[in-house]
Amino acid sequence: MSLLKTENVVMQFGGVVAVNDLNIDIKKGELAALIGPNGAGKTTAFNVITGVYAPTKGKVLFSPVDSVGVTNEIDITARKPNKITNLGIARTFQNIRLFKELTVMENVLVATHQNVDFNFLSATLRLPKAIRGELKAKQDCELLLDRMGLIDLKDEKASSLPYGQQRHLEIARALATDPQLLLLDEPAAGMNPQETDELTDLILKLKTDFGLTIFMIEHHMDLVMEISDHIYVLDFGCTIAKGTPDQIQNDPKVIEAYLGVDADVED
Amino acid sequence: MENIQHRFGAYIKIHWKTIVFLGVVLITIGLLDQFVDSYIRRLLNLCAIYTIISLGMNLVNGFTGQFSLGQAGFMAVGAYTVAIFTVPIEARATIFYLAPMTPLLANIQLPFIVALLLGGLVSAGFAFLIGGPCLRLRGDYLAIATLGFSEIIRIVFTNTQTITNGALGIKSIPTITSLWWTYGIAIIIIVLMILLINSSYGRAFKSIREDEIAAEAMGVGLFKTKMTSFMIGAFFTGIGGGLFAALLGTVDPKQFYFTLTYNFLLIIVLGGLGSISGTVIASFVVTLGQEWLRFLDEPMAFGLDLPIFRPGLRMVVFSALLMVVVLFYRKGLMGTNELTWDFIGKKIKVIKSKFNRKKSASQGGDNK
Repeated sequence: MSLLKTENVVMQFGGVVAVNDLNIDIKKGELAALIGPNGAGKTTAFNVITGVYAPTKGKVLFSPVDSVGVTNEIDITARKPNKITNLGIARTFQNIRLFKELTVMENVLVATHQNVDFNFLSATLRLPKAIRGELKAKQDCELLLDRMGLIDLKDEKASSLPYGQQRHLEIARALATDPQLLLLDEPAAGMNPQETDELTDLILKLKTDFGLTIFMIEHHMDLVMEISDHIYVLDFGCTIAKGTPDQIQNDPKVIEAYLGVDADVED
Repeated sequence: MENIQHRFGAYIKIHWKTIVFLGVVLITIGLLDQFVDSYIRRLLNLCAIYTIISLGMNLVNGFTGQFSLGQAGFMAVGAYTVAIFTVPIEARATIFYLAPMTPLLANIQLPFIVALLLGGLVSAGFAFLIGGPCLRLRGDYLAIATLGFSEIIRIVFTNTQTITNGALGIKSIPTITSLWWTYGIAIIIIVLMILLINSSYGRAFKSIREDEIAAEAMGVGLFKTKMTSFMIGAFFTGIGGGLFAALLGTVDPKQFYFTLTYNFLLIIVLGGLGSISGTVIASFVVTLGQEWLRFLDEPMAFGLDLPIFRPGLRMVVFSALLMVVVLFYRKGLMGTNELTWDFIGKKIKVIKSKFNRKKSASQGGDNK
């Protein structure tokens, strides 16, 4: 059953067509990857899905399971980013966007704000409902940080963390929104091979532990080929291939996009 | 029962320093209230009022990161509300001598505290109306729009003859004469600010300041959260404005000229955008400084008639101060830190270790 579908999504900026006729169908529980050369429109596709941009044409459909266990297909095209997050799509950013001056704990706690069931007055006056809510959010976040190995750093400022841990914190923050679909925008960017391996394990672990569906943009081909179930290849905004890692690796169009036209001639 | 006792005990144990400090502050206010003359009393009252208004401004500008310059307007709303509802009914005919007060309001007189709260609420209501169009803007555009709206409020008040008595203003507002009103309310608002900032809503405000795009992606509704902050800020400012009216005993539109906003801007930039304790300290520094630098406005006493000492020079000092802060000390006195006991302890440690190093260095020099 598909969790996220895009139907003929076109994103145009003036004369530039950043994403052209994108059709993605991500099944529940799978790990899909979006790859392509620089400037292919991958992040734009993410921004359309998460509501940062309203697509010029096309539809984005999301089928989350609600609290009673019923699945409804919802048209999330051009909804506000925070509403889409409320529905269960969380994301990380290519160039880390943490709340730098806040502590690690506060960063994660912000993600739980969407679930607050008390108003600002009861929060300010520390009424019992607010105290309970805050306590529960704190406990949940502590568990989450513990799982991500960040619990010892919970009172540090986010900007003081080393790069790799900032990436981890971004994932932790996204998880704190309690998502069903997690979008990772180049999670392994700037990581060395060892860190990339650790990240691979982490992603697989999170996927099973949280029952997540993951859709990621990534340039590390080893990582992508190792863990993805499905791969979409973009080039100049167009989907030039989709399929399993094996199919993609042997697709002449993909090889052409990555290595250039003359690759075969030189053989 | 035992549980409550236990929790109370634990609470005292953690916060005893703060409780002692608060006690000292209250005793100081009591003593000052008894012994100072009316000039100093007015000055101290003004410090407390500026603290309240600056906190309201810092909530929006410092904590939520929205550069709003509508402070004078919201202050005017609070001040006029208190003025209209507390002026004695028998005095109204003489005050509104050009055009009588509208019959809707002419016979309503409220107790001061009710009028004050109403002033805050009306101010928040104005913030709601202004926030709708303004808070969709960002950065400089928001600043210009809010500045414009605060001028609009002032001009409207100049022209609503039957409600605000137009350019004549409202006189003989019952005045507050003790420090308890202003300081009591200032302390309550400081406590409310601390509680608000350390709640889920406070974190949402700060997340918007840090990164709007990330905050929205984490499910924080930008418009709603900004509006909440804007309205609470306006509420505090309205309360401050109401106290201001009751301190001076008179309001007129000229008091709320947009330049007034820059006083508060100076305070929050000097104290640190996003610091409650910084705002409190800077409110006192700026308010008292403006009084004590008055000698700069008068011609120099000794022999030479220096042309630089003339009315307005003390404001130059503040402009220069603001420039120095912006150029060299961008985070202000406190940055986004708070003057907590931990913070003081850390600072003392740093100074101690520096001192020790100097000592050992100088001893090392002796050994040579």
